[in-house]
This record gives sequence, C-alpha cells and structure tokens, in this order.
Amino acid sequence: MFTKFDVLETIQMVEKEHLDIRTITMGLSLLSCIRDSARETANKVYDLVCKKAEKIVKTAEDLSGEYGIPIVNKRVSVTPVSLLCAAFPKEAPLIAKALDDAADTLGIDFLGGYSALVQKATAEYEKEFILTIPEVLASTKRLCASVNVGSTKTGVNMQAVAMMGEAFKQAAYLTRDADGIGAAKLVAFCNAVEDNPFMAGAFHGVGEADVVVNVGVSGPGVVKKALEKIPEADLTEAAEMIKRTAFKITRAGQLVAKEAARRLNAQFGIVDLSLAPTPAMGDSVAQILEELGVSTVGGHGTTAALALLNDAVKKGGVMASSRVGGLSGAFIPVSEDIGMIEAAAKGEINLDKLEAMTCVCSVGLDMIAIPGDTPATTIAAMIADEAAIGMVNNKTTAVRIIPAPGKTVGDEVSFGGLLGRAPILPVHGTDSSKLILRGGNIPAPIHSFKN
Amino acid sequence: MRAVVTVTGKDNKGIIAKVSAFLSEKGANIEDISQTILGEYFAMIMIVDISGVNEELAALAKECAELGRSIGMSIYLQHEDIFNAMHSV
Repeated sequence: MFTKFDVLETIQMVEKEHLDIRTITMGLSLLSCIRDSARETANKVYDLVCKKAEKIVKTAEDLSGEYGIPIVNKRVSVTPVSLLCAAFPKEAPLIAKALDDAADTLGIDFLGGYSALVQKATAEYEKEFILTIPEVLASTKRLCASVNVGSTKTGVNMQAVAMMGEAFKQAAYLTRDADGIGAAKLVAFCNAVEDNPFMAGAFHGVGEADVVVNVGVSGPGVVKKALEKIPEADLTEAAEMIKRTAFKITRAGQLVAKEAARRLNAQFGIVDLSLAPTPAMGDSVAQILEELGVSTVGGHGTTAALALLNDAVKKGGVMASSRVGGLSGAFIPVSEDIGMIEAAAKGEINLDKLEAMTCVCSVGLDMIAIPGDTPATTIAAMIADEAAIGMVNNKTTAVRIIPAPGKTVGDEVSFGGLLGRAPILPVHGTDSSKLILRGGNIPAPIHSFKN
Repeated sequence: MRAVVTVTGKDNKGIIAKVSAFLSEKGANIEDISQTILGEYFAMIMIVDISGVNEELAALAKECAELGRSIGMSIYLQHEDIFNAMHSV
C-alpha cells in the first residue's frame, strides 16, 4: 500500500515536474487493405484506420482523467506504406492523402508509416516510392515518413542514403514558407524498430499483431528534480537515483498501456522507456546532464553523462514493465529541448558533439536545423555517418535534419508546439560527394555474423 | 473501486467539510482520511470508495478540480491504481 508521501510525490511530479505519458500510439496493420488499384486501397485504408482507432482520443482522455496524469499525444502508426503500393508506387500519394484525412478525422496529432525498408537494397518500387516522399510531406499535415537505410545484419545501402540526402533537401524546399517543416516529419534510420511509438519515425512492422497499443513515457523534469535532491552524490548514487525515478515513471506508463490496450481491444505492445524532452522549461534532457555536472551541454563530459543517464533509465524501466521496446533511451532533439536550444544559441554544442552523443543514447541527429544551402550529398554523408554508428554498435540511429531554406548560421527556425525552435548549426563545408556518389553498400560488420 | 482524493493549498476554515459534503452528495464513501499542516500549507489525503457514484471517474475528477478552484485549493481525484503502480514493486 502507498503512503501519503507517495501520493504527494506523484502529484508533485505532475504539477511541477512535467510528468506525463508522452504518447499512446496505436499500431495498425494495413496489409489487408491492399486492392487492385491505388484508389480502392486508399479507400480501404481510410476506413480501416478510422474504424480501428475510432476511440483512441476518447480513451486517452478518459485514462488521463482517471489517473490524473496528462497523456500528451495520441497517434497511429501503420504498416510501411511502400509495401501497400508495390504494384502502383507512383500513386502512393493517394494512400498518403487517405492517411492524412483519417488522422484529421480521428483528431490525432501525427500518423506515422509513410515508410520504406531498404536496408539491403532498393527495389524498383521502393525507389519510386521514396521519390514521392518530399511532395507528400509538403501536401499533408499529420503524416510522417521514414526510411530504413541500413542495419547491423545488412550493412548500409548507400544508394538509399544518397536518395535520402535529396529527400531532406526537397522536403525542406517544398515547405520553405514554413521553415522547411516537411523535413521535420522525415527520418532516415539504421536498425529501425518495428514498435516505436514516437514520431516522426513510428511505423507498424509486419511482424506485429493487427492492432497494438504502444506507449511512450517521459519525464526528464522528474529525473532532474530527483538529482537536485542529492547534489553531492557520486555518480554511482546518481545512477541509482535515476533508476529509481525511471522505475516509477515507467510503472505509470505500463499501467496506462495495459488499460488502454484493454479498452481499445488491442494487444498490449510495449512501453518505450524514453526520456523525451519538450521545449518547456524544466522538461529538458540537456538540463539533466547539466545537473550531473556538465556546466553547459555540449562541453567535454557530455557524452559520459549521457551514457550514464541512458543506461540508468533503461535499467530502472526494464524492471517496471513486462514488455519493453521501441527506442528506449534518452532523446536529444535540439529544437525540442530548452537546454539544447540555449547551448546551440551560445555555440556550445555542434554537430560533431551531437554525433558523438548519438553513440551512447537512443536515436541520433534529431531536429537539427542546418543552412539551407547545404548540398544534398553533405546531408547524405551525415546520414551515412549516423548509419555507420548504428550498424557497428548494434543500435538504432536516425537522422532528422532540417536544411532550412534561405537561412544560415545566425538565423533560427521556429515550428511551434512540440517541434520547438532551433538556431541554425554550422556544417563542415568540405565536399563528401565522391563518397556518396560511389553508391554500393557498406558491408555489414564482421560481428554481425553470429549464426 | 477506490480513488484517492488529495487536497492541497493554503490552510483555511471548512475545507474538510466542503470536500466531504461534495463527495457524500456524489455517493462516495470516505474510508480513510489523513491530514497534515506544514506552516500555512495544508495537505489532506482521503481514500474513498466510489462504487456508489453514478458517473464516470474522469468526470468526477473534473468536478473535484472545479470544486478546488472555487475554494482556492488544488483537488485531485485519481484511481488508486496509479499509486499502487508507481510506488510498490
């Protein structure tokens, strides 16, 4: 039985420390929607999504009211759309429109899964599909796209990497009136996971059940407050404190996930143990690293502090949930984290340090604005670097980068809401085009041959 | 089904009376009350059985929050499972 101090602690977490369930994401298999034509498939897709996810917003609101914990986002992820349109890839935008319309009807904030999995090679229909991504992101509001360009088992598909460099440029250019927001809805992955509830990279893998509920928990503010109570603790004790806090946060997520799945007649998928920041004050992962003792995030020691944080969150969370999955770790999106935004504005954090940080935490170069005139091959080279880190280290890495049209270092982009704002970070002006234009694959590392 | 009602804020006359009157009118049965005063700060926690309440928990929680605003306190009504989940292994 809980004590009155436990009750007050939970309320304090919600009221003052931004404890929330970041997202309830319903994963839906759309394979049963495939028909002879794109038009018929799109109609079927719209109907299925609207029917299966009909109650997601209401259920989330009910649970939030009953447990007294905010549930910030309600989302849907679907089977990679490229698989639905293998027979008519050029008409994939019809499916995109149907999905965006369904998201609008349901009142959810994002729908993910305009995706292709091309980690080994790019089939002809996948090529056609990837070419449609920029235009789709410009013409839809809530749809998110992702492409898996590599994995530890297959190596990195450099043709796909080159295409993604172009896709980011195009997506940003086509949404140039809104600071290139199209690129903020696009992710290039290595080792993409099939049960990720977080956007923009969520999609519903083909190995999943028909209808699944995945939940992403959050609470960087709660972790920071817990660390503030032990300012003189050594790092072993700090890690213990983070573990205990992550346990409590994850238990809340587990409860909500199980109950949401029951009410929505879905399978309980996973709880994603991630610390996801928002631009709000006191909801920052960067500020946890600063609380641990790095005076400004991006300085020396940042990677070490992040490694400790990421590991402790996992260890605390794993015991709290019966099924853990998704990305599970600390997120470091620049535009969505007030500590990151401030460090970037002061010039204390740069792309090289961010890349180093991605070696020890989940995801990768996330929500980073760069000059609009950055060549596509340079963006592709950044994707290749991140994919190599993921491939060699057996972990998920990703790139969500915004080449802000018409802007350069010293300017800022602003997307509002959870996507936040970000100063433009400088990129190396050196030419990487030869590496990218060679094509081919970066072979899988020797340690991937485990059979 | 049981819920936990937490009332916090600046101490004032008649808080317990107002909150318990509201709960009894709704059909909730108070099973346990504990109260602390730290200086001017007042915190009361009640365990209530809400099986007899004729409305959804989320709606009742909303009304409690509104009552809190009207008497200058912060009032939460939450399903007890959230505390069992977060604070016991």
